[in-house]
Amino acid sequence: MENKMIKQISVFAENKPARLEKMTEILKLANINIRAFTIAEAGDFGVLRMVVDKPDIAHRQLNEAGFTVSETDVLGVEMSDSPGALHEIAHILGSNNINVDYAYAFVTATQKALLIIRVDNISNAIAVLGNAGVALIGMKEVEKI
Amino acid sequence: MTDYWDPLIERMPVDELKKVQEEKLVQLVNYVYNHSPFYKKRFDKAGISPDDIRSLADITRLPFTTKQDLRDTYPTGMFCVPQKMIVRYHASSGTTGKPIVVGYTQNDIKEWTISLSRALTSIGVGREDVVQVGYGYGLFTGGLGLHYGAEMVGASAIPTSSGNTERQIELMQDLGSTVIACTPSYFLYMSEVVNKLGLNFKDDTKLKCGVFGAEPWSQEMRQRIETQTEIKAYDIFGTSEISGPLFTECTYQDGIHIWADQFLIEVIDPKTGEQLPDGERGELVVTTLVKEALPLIRYRIGDLTVINSEPCKCGRTHPRIMRILGRTDDMIIVRGINVFPGQVEAVLLTIPEVAEHYQLIIDRMGELDTMTVQVEVTKDVFSDKISDLMRLEKKVGKSLKTVLNLSAKVELVEPGTIPRSMGKAQRVIDKRKI
Repeated sequence: MENKMIKQISVFAENKPARLEKMTEILKLANINIRAFTIAEAGDFGVLRMVVDKPDIAHRQLNEAGFTVSETDVLGVEMSDSPGALHEIAHILGSNNINVDYAYAFVTATQKALLIIRVDNISNAIAVLGNAGVALIGMKEVEKI
Repeated sequence: MTDYWDPLIERMPVDELKKVQEEKLVQLVNYVYNHSPFYKKRFDKAGISPDDIRSLADITRLPFTTKQDLRDTYPTGMFCVPQKMIVRYHASSGTTGKPIVVGYTQNDIKEWTISLSRALTSIGVGREDVVQVGYGYGLFTGGLGLHYGAEMVGASAIPTSSGNTERQIELMQDLGSTVIACTPSYFLYMSEVVNKLGLNFKDDTKLKCGVFGAEPWSQEMRQRIETQTEIKAYDIFGTSEISGPLFTECTYQDGIHIWADQFLIEVIDPKTGEQLPDGERGELVVTTLVKEALPLIRYRIGDLTVINSEPCKCGRTHPRIMRILGRTDDMIIVRGINVFPGQVEAVLLTIPEVAEHYQLIIDRMGELDTMTVQVEVTKDVFSDKISDLMRLEKKVGKSLKTVLNLSAKVELVEPGTIPRSMGKAQRVIDKRKI
């Protein structure tokens, strides 16, 4: 199952200037490559979520710099880069009663699209997506994106 | 087994203690009347002659003294001895006006040290102990006060003062400190640094207890400290005007023992000045019975507390004051509601997700006061899901509303952003320009 999950790094940040600057500086100095990135904003604070090539190093470095960091298991769902692809995934999850807590997507260099999701029941989601023939990427693939 | 520094006095029957107090009060009134023009004037104006004071009950006839009196007579206008009798001065920081200068005769220092010796003995501190004094040394009374007390009971004092935290921890390990004396907020900061260094007090130091004071702290804070660090956290009380740190709880942690042969305490209604009976909450008023240089008569300390005159389980018969609940001048009025920072702390620390560092920010938007409570999001509570974080904000807001009857905005902030204090923590920032 491990190779079908991705470690996402989440960082708590106050909603004020230069927080992103400070955080990205740490990643830059640690030579971390960000593969996917999003900021969720909730008033005076936000949560930065990202998929990086070396999550353990990123986690340690951010932690040492005093950031509140956590690692979350998420899924990297491979989709075709065409209309209806997201709907197809949503349908599989929805009809199996799996809730998506949050999601973000991007198009990869290989003409595919990648959807990062956090779900309420990750093992169930892996099973139903696998049964439907949907490819899930693991950390090895993340390094190669 | 409980040890006493001076068992005869500490366990003296209450009636006898009262007789001692009465005698000393009568002497004191005569002493100040004859030695201080300030008191003579004050008594004459109130139509009181020293002869009118014959019993303890007569104390209510005496006028109060206040911090303002000490400021008005700056620097030494209330002293009862000439400079040649003074062996030491301390002074307050004077952040809110002229500082207050306190002078001590040789005997004043001795009585101060005796008070602390009894206190330290009551929490089991003695020759075997190494007392690290993390209170500031200097004009502030905390450092030198504890230092003399520790030496008198035969402990080894380490005068680290406050600050330079990593060095403090190193010395704590290398010299085997068993007792730390500092403000509770500084100890919290020290704990953070200990964790950051990959250490913990239990395994890496010999620390057994802390003597925490110089700022109000709640019972909830005590529980946090004791659970997290596995040391006993004792409350110490005193203010520079009446010498400095003087009194602590005993190992039963059920109120601070006030040595009645040295100090006479009352609790009054801060509005009317009427004396309140045991068990009623009010403003603490202290009369120093044995001080020579700067005796204070019915001095309004400003701390809010409750007196318990029942003898303690430890065998000591002297009255106790229950944990200081705040100060009359700490009270902030937000939208017409009285708020004590201590109350807010008590509410916050009952919520397990909330860390020990917090800050209140009072501001005014248009005509309306606003109260924002900043709470740090630690690793333990950080959830990657926004809804969890918002639930935490709501939970804190709701608890505050229930207790204070006041809506507060709760702001989650990054760890380390609330300023850490080496001395007295500044928990409230009032930005209102009134």
